[in-house]
Amino acid sequence: MQGSAYAREEALCIEFDVRAGDVEHGGMASSQIKAALKQFGLSEPVARRAGIIAFEGEMNLIVYSDSGGTIRVCVDSEYIEITVQDFGPGIEDVDLALTPGYSTAPAWATDLGFGAGMGLHNMEKNADRFEIHSRLDEGTTISCWVKRRTDDSS
Amino acid sequence: MRLPELLKLTEGRLLVDAKEDVFMDRAYAADLLSDVLALTDEQTTLITGTTSPQVIRVAEILNIVAIIFVRGKQPSDAVLEYALRLGIPIITTKKAMFEICGLMYENGVKPCKDRPMPEKKPSV
Repeated sequence: MQGSAYAREEALCIEFDVRAGDVEHGGMASSQIKAALKQFGLSEPVARRAGIIAFEGEMNLIVYSDSGGTIRVCVDSEYIEITVQDFGPGIEDVDLALTPGYSTAPAWATDLGFGAGMGLHNMEKNADRFEIHSRLDEGTTISCWVKRRTDDSS
Repeated sequence: MRLPELLKLTEGRLLVDAKEDVFMDRAYAADLLSDVLALTDEQTTLITGTTSPQVIRVAEILNIVAIIFVRGKQPSDAVLEYALRLGIPIITTKKAMFEICGLMYENGVKPCKDRPMPEKKPSV
């Protein structure tokens, strides 16, 4: 899996396309994102939090999206911004989807160890700021910000 | 607990050896990987019956120190090769998850802690 890197204003970004149903490669983008963040000089706890967010987002694209989507990670002087976007089917009840333990995962995903109903909650929990926008039949965009420096990692 | 002691205790088989000396003082047991991602602390040993390719990638993201596959489960060669590259030891045992947890706990391995998260969400 190859990500494309580019500069955006004052941030450096890397973007990956993730295919729906591509279990075999599930997690590879996140592995590369975590490695890139560490190469970029970010501390292990911060790279780990960003890696968890990316991983949950990546698996959500694989398990739930109609046609896959993208994960974009941008690093500026203060924050790591992780954006996960798909183009459907959208989430009917976002508050319910954020509830720990709630899951609509199909059986094949549960067999792989997913569908604990913790994915979105994990993303929110590991982010300093979390936003989710979803419309039925249009898609879902999740944006998470992780501070580059935290009290336990500076 | 170190690998030789763990192998003896669990009657386990070492599928991938560690690159460096590994010490296991905390563990977490689950088959659901999102639970693992939600609740594990640093330096955790993972006890699981899930053999999907994502197990090793979760282990990489979380810096898991060793993975013990229970109920005789054995991951694919691709997972083992990836583990070898990362230097994460892989053990398989025929014993069930509950028994492995009990044996390790009895021998001084403690549960991993829930990681505290920032209470206030600073604005960006």
